[in-house]
Amino acid sequence: MDNSQHTHIVKYKTFAWVLLILLIFTFSSVAITQLELGVYSVTAALVFASIKSVIVLMYFMHLKFDKKFYAIMMAGIVLLLASVIFVTFLDYLYR
Amino acid sequence: MIETLIQDSNPSFLDYKGRFKGLMGWIFSTDHKRIGLLYLYSMLVFFSVAAILGLMMKLELMAPGKTIMGAQTYNSFFTLHGITMIFLIVVPGLPAVFGNFFLPIMIGAKDVAFPRLNLLSWWIYIVGAFIALSAQFFGDGPPDTGWTFYAPYSFRTGTNMLPAVTGAFVLGFSSIVTGINFIVTMHRMRAPGMNWMKMPLFPWALYGTSWIQVLATPIVGVTLLMVVLERTLQIGFFDPALGGDPILYQHLFWIYSHPAVYIMILPAMGIISEIIPTFARKTIFGYTAIVVSTLAIAFVGYFVWGHHMFTSGMSGVALYTFSILTFLVAIPSAIKIFNWVATLHKASINLQTPFIWALCFLFVFMIGGLSGMVLGALSANVHLHDTAFVVAHFHYIVFGGTGFAFFGALHYWYPKMFGRMYDMAWANIGLAIFFTGFNTLYLPMFFLGMTGMPRRYYDYVEKFHGPNIISSLGAMLMIAGLIIIITNLVRSTRHGVKAEKDPWKGKTLEWTVDSPPSLENFEEIPVVTDHPYKYD
Repeated sequence: MDNSQHTHIVKYKTFAWVLLILLIFTFSSVAITQLELGVYSVTAALVFASIKSVIVLMYFMHLKFDKKFYAIMMAGIVLLLASVIFVTFLDYLYR
Repeated sequence: MIETLIQDSNPSFLDYKGRFKGLMGWIFSTDHKRIGLLYLYSMLVFFSVAAILGLMMKLELMAPGKTIMGAQTYNSFFTLHGITMIFLIVVPGLPAVFGNFFLPIMIGAKDVAFPRLNLLSWWIYIVGAFIALSAQFFGDGPPDTGWTFYAPYSFRTGTNMLPAVTGAFVLGFSSIVTGINFIVTMHRMRAPGMNWMKMPLFPWALYGTSWIQVLATPIVGVTLLMVVLERTLQIGFFDPALGGDPILYQHLFWIYSHPAVYIMILPAMGIISEIIPTFARKTIFGYTAIVVSTLAIAFVGYFVWGHHMFTSGMSGVALYTFSILTFLVAIPSAIKIFNWVATLHKASINLQTPFIWALCFLFVFMIGGLSGMVLGALSANVHLHDTAFVVAHFHYIVFGGTGFAFFGALHYWYPKMFGRMYDMAWANIGLAIFFTGFNTLYLPMFFLGMTGMPRRYYDYVEKFHGPNIISSLGAMLMIAGLIIIITNLVRSTRHGVKAEKDPWKGKTLEWTVDSPPSLENFEEIPVVTDHPYKYD
């Protein structure tokens, strides 16, 4: 069992960039509702939200600096939820 | 004499004197075994209440028209019966009781990874239970929506919905916390030498179950929270009058609640995989296939929720997809059945009570599984949806599967848990009566459903009278069997003969520790070198 601790200190500058990117995506997800995308408006909102989640997970929650195993587990879970949403939309898109 | 001295210096978890005494020593204990028993005792109380409600419903159905209760009371009874049985007993049941008690021992650990979190999960369970059950005793009358809280009725009924929904929401946290605890325990605390493919099959089943608990439960949590917000703040999520979509509620509810069926049944399958090789005195057939099928059921089972909604108005594409996926999930389940039966082939079978429970499980679970195939077919489902056929199928799976495995596990691990043997003759008599009652109760419901009797009705036309009488008599017989079984087990905790370490000659690690185990299970952490089911 590996109990060694690995600490990675992220620069404030990086956090500031992350914050800026998150704000841009937040405003974009509001702005995109003004466009008439029809059934794809949900897709657009989910894409923006997913990008923001990935950035938060990578930098604020340190997944980028942790063991690859955790990133793989996380990716598996995201893929599962994406599949659930896809299957749900087999109903909504073809109704 | 020497053995007595060793036992005194290393008392069992039942005799251990910790910081608190009496009841406090139990409800504040972080010992995984005591927490497992706390769940067991709580569930037995809830189960007794819910079983009595079920019996009362069957008594009402003994004759057409109003007999012992009216329509509204009947609606409340099946709602409370469902909420209690599903959220308080069957979903948490096997992992919380037997998982807590045996997972650490079976993987050679002294406790779970987070013992305090484990105790917290029991407290959350109790708080959630009280919130949910409080709905019966104040406000505008007991909920009448059924355990599924379907929209839009759950927003419009004048009954006391909020506590029931909030209770189910709180109970979800208990499930998530237990799931996280088990996953970390299995990743981090397996004994030296126990690689994944040397781990016994009950822990494997708990592993699959725990992932479902962690990944699916938040979805129903959020959904129930949305119901609360819709009822209190009039936000239009699901109510068409507010611009919402009731089918979305069904999607979100079943995205959790169908995987929840696998939360119920996977540990049951794990238990059967433990009992069969022990009493067949034979290495389990196809260990790897059982492990893979466990994970496959957990994964594919995540995508079949739509078969609860075949008549709700989904798109054709969704209907076909869900029907195909439903048939797919039968494959790994069938692999398990095949492996269990193959294990019995040319085995030296020791016909004891736990093994008979396992055989009964195979019988009733196959009836439940095959009737599920009927419901998975779109054309048949249109006719059978919301009939007594569905109730029969559901009870054959959930009660026949999880319930039989629960009692099988209780009889299998009872000597280890309480350090006593129970009376075998009474156990077998109770089982025989229970099994006969179970089938007499639920088999006629298949015929009732096929001939058109709807579920959740307190009244029916005369042509359904005969099968309903048989079914109600079956319910009485089953309850009689249950009383014998439980009385025998309770009585034996004091009067049973003292149990040996390994009364069934099992091979997994729990049979190497004392009966009942000491506080920390093992004096020294074992080193595992062999396959868990190695019989010569």
